[in-house]
Amino acid sequence: MTPRVRAVAALCLAGALSAGCTLAGGGGQQEEGPVTVTLATHDSWNAPEEVLAEFEQRSGIRIKILKEGDAGELTNKLVLAKADPIADVAYGVDSTFASRALAEGVFEPYTSPEADRGPQRYTIDRQHRLSAVDVGDVCVNIDRQWFAERDLPEPETYADLADPAYRGLLVVENPATSSPGLAFLLGTIARFGEDGWQEYWSRLRDNGMLAVSGWEEAYTQEFSGSSGEGSRPVVVSYASSPANEIGEDGLPRTKALLDTCYRQVEYAGVLSGSGQVESAGKVVDFLLSQEFQATVAAHMYVYPAREGVPLPAGWAEAAPLPEDPASLPSERVEAGRERWVEQWRALLNQ
Amino acid sequence: MLPLGFLAVFFAWPVLAIVGRGFADGGVAEALGEAETWRLAGFTVAQAAASTAVAVLAGMPVAFLLARVRLPGTALVRTLLLVPFVLPTVVVGLAFRALLPEGGVASIVLANAFFNVAVVARTVGGLWAHLDRRLEDSARSLGASRWRAFRTTTLPALAPAVTAAAAVVFLFCATSFGVVLMLGGARYRTLETEIYLRTVQYLDLPGAAALSLVQLAAVIAALVLGAVARRKREGAIRLRAATDTARRPERGEWWVVGAALAVLALLLVPIIGLLVRSVSTETGFSLAGYRALGGRGQDEVLAVSGWDAALNSLRTATDATVLAMIVGVLAAVVLVALRRTPGRLAQGMGEVMDAALMLPLGVSAVTVGFGYLITLNLLPGDLRTSPLLVPFAQALVIIPLIVRMVLPVLRSVDERQRQAAATLGAGRLRVWREIDLPLTARSLVAAAGFGYVVALGEFGATSFLARPDAPTLPVTIAGLIGRPGELNSQMAYAACALLMLVTVVVVTVIDRLRSGQSSVGEF
Repeated sequence: MTPRVRAVAALCLAGALSAGCTLAGGGGQQEEGPVTVTLATHDSWNAPEEVLAEFEQRSGIRIKILKEGDAGELTNKLVLAKADPIADVAYGVDSTFASRALAEGVFEPYTSPEADRGPQRYTIDRQHRLSAVDVGDVCVNIDRQWFAERDLPEPETYADLADPAYRGLLVVENPATSSPGLAFLLGTIARFGEDGWQEYWSRLRDNGMLAVSGWEEAYTQEFSGSSGEGSRPVVVSYASSPANEIGEDGLPRTKALLDTCYRQVEYAGVLSGSGQVESAGKVVDFLLSQEFQATVAAHMYVYPAREGVPLPAGWAEAAPLPEDPASLPSERVEAGRERWVEQWRALLNQ
Repeated sequence: MLPLGFLAVFFAWPVLAIVGRGFADGGVAEALGEAETWRLAGFTVAQAAASTAVAVLAGMPVAFLLARVRLPGTALVRTLLLVPFVLPTVVVGLAFRALLPEGGVASIVLANAFFNVAVVARTVGGLWAHLDRRLEDSARSLGASRWRAFRTTTLPALAPAVTAAAAVVFLFCATSFGVVLMLGGARYRTLETEIYLRTVQYLDLPGAAALSLVQLAAVIAALVLGAVARRKREGAIRLRAATDTARRPERGEWWVVGAALAVLALLLVPIIGLLVRSVSTETGFSLAGYRALGGRGQDEVLAVSGWDAALNSLRTATDATVLAMIVGVLAAVVLVALRRTPGRLAQGMGEVMDAALMLPLGVSAVTVGFGYLITLNLLPGDLRTSPLLVPFAQALVIIPLIVRMVLPVLRSVDERQRQAAATLGAGRLRVWREIDLPLTARSLVAAAGFGYVVALGEFGATSFLARPDAPTLPVTIAGLIGRPGELNSQMAYAACALLMLVTVVVVTVIDRLRSGQSSVGEF
């Protein structure tokens, strides 16, 4: 090794080492000024900096974000850490997991003054421990061009998906490892009941349905209507997905089948044992406020829970909010979920 | 004491606490009795064994190429081999799905092997390069065929390295999470994916505890096998400087070189696929994904830009490497000291500690992460949500690798030199500084570099612990892939290319630093 190479290497090493100062310095510098409220949320959290900064300016509260996995992982972490919570507020526990969080006493009652202005149309808890922030619908999406090119009428209903005319076109996600997959399964249970859903799924299976583990593979790889060059024109995704598939002509390439939707409501609440209940309540108010509600569609691909909040341009045509989605009571989901998922797996592996 | 203390606080305590919680809730014995548990264990071991076999078969010709062949470009091969190691599993999973749409078990096995060929090639190649060639030559001159000479003289000498590499690869494959989750679809599950499901989705802690115990048992069995193999090697072989043993291949050896090149070509297929995807769009080729690295993605789905994420990666990997080097090297020093201390007790303690240091590779990241939730709040400063946890968790993953690399070199330091220095009045620290450090410096650099590369690519533990304002590059890539929008997926692939580039640069620097070294490392 030449001295020059050695010198370069030493420089690189020194550079890398000096970059790594989080271990040595940093840490707990407490500044004067704003109170910090910790918000535990799911991985899909995304909000514009300006809106958060404006809230901090107005209220003197700085929001520190912790992303703790998907809705299920978030709920379970809150349950595990309930004796000494990791945050003051949680946002993202959804209607699938709400009853577990409520039964475990993770949240404490808090009635937001914003709640009278709309959001409580999705209320699930008389004690007001959870306030609805947004709603998302999981629906079957189709690639319109694929059907147009083949002169095949677009499928519309659950029954169509099991029709031999649409053989081998559908890709779904495994409900054990994917939240849209679970929502679609719950939708079929809501539609066909405890007695009928397994029979429906065996028809889907026999009709050449493909099950993959997550939304990424289903939507970006197997589906023909998005960035991948997949071969299947029918996929389980969200009612809002077509808003991201608007072509150069300004028209959406895909469409959500509004008869196949299952609704999930996402809630926020003050965590029991939070040291700063009052500020935590103000953060919940913020999540329900017009300003924040106006950001959720563009940034998290969900619909605001509050009524009268405008949607981004193009959503009205490309991704309207389904009017009559299916849903199941949270307690019923809590009681049946694990069993249904296991039955689904057994059915698929036959 | 420091290494053991670190492991105790950041590994053993959280794991025992969460498994203990499962026991407290009851039903562990019941879960252990279920046929399903043992079917999972069977599949886990079978897929890991198959993946290990493929990785060893594919890695041997490459090891030969690295160790025995003097051809232009072998340095490049050494470097490229490590690239798969840092690629996020979600990206490799997608690549293998694209290559083998109906893959099933085959694609799980191939993807696991893809990640681990480098371990075999570098471990075995490291020993092979120092093996005295004359033994084989004398077998040949006595009339043995080339194959027979290899089988009867070279292979037995290499066997310990092969077994040790196989044990590490087996550990990686038995606990591989993303690959199985993604390529197994709805059908194939392992203990690791099922522990994730029971813990993260069902909060079925007794079930998860039962599965963790079964996994731990399997891992300890693999470690014991590996330890037995390592012990056989010690002192059994005379090593020579690498430069004496490499030469141009002759006749039949070209077949082996051909096989090695075929393996390398196969490794390149998914890598080139990723590079192609990073520049393709619906409407043709474009560098938009690379340009987007300066921003936060379509609809600003990221909290920080791609470049900032890259800087975060470099920074946390540095912290993790520094921490792991301190803990790992101290642990290795203790292990050597125990080995040199006469008496069965010290020997036994050495064996146990050696195995304990490897355990973090075999325990699910979910178990550790959820364990943190119920233990670390009891420490001052509530580390549960601290950004320090990421380098800590990454250090846990790379400490075992660093120990494996540093240990054999430290052992090879001639004890007589140290005794001589001590006799002349040098203190312990002085002996270490004057004798051990100069002799082992290059291996330490190599170990640090390899640890650095692994930390750069570490995803499992990092994704559980990374704070949103400080994501690493692999976490960012997974986040981008999980969002709709063409620009987001392009940016994800561009970020992968960036990760590969950083890896190549780091590995090149290390290999430069260590060229000409005459000691043996395991990787």
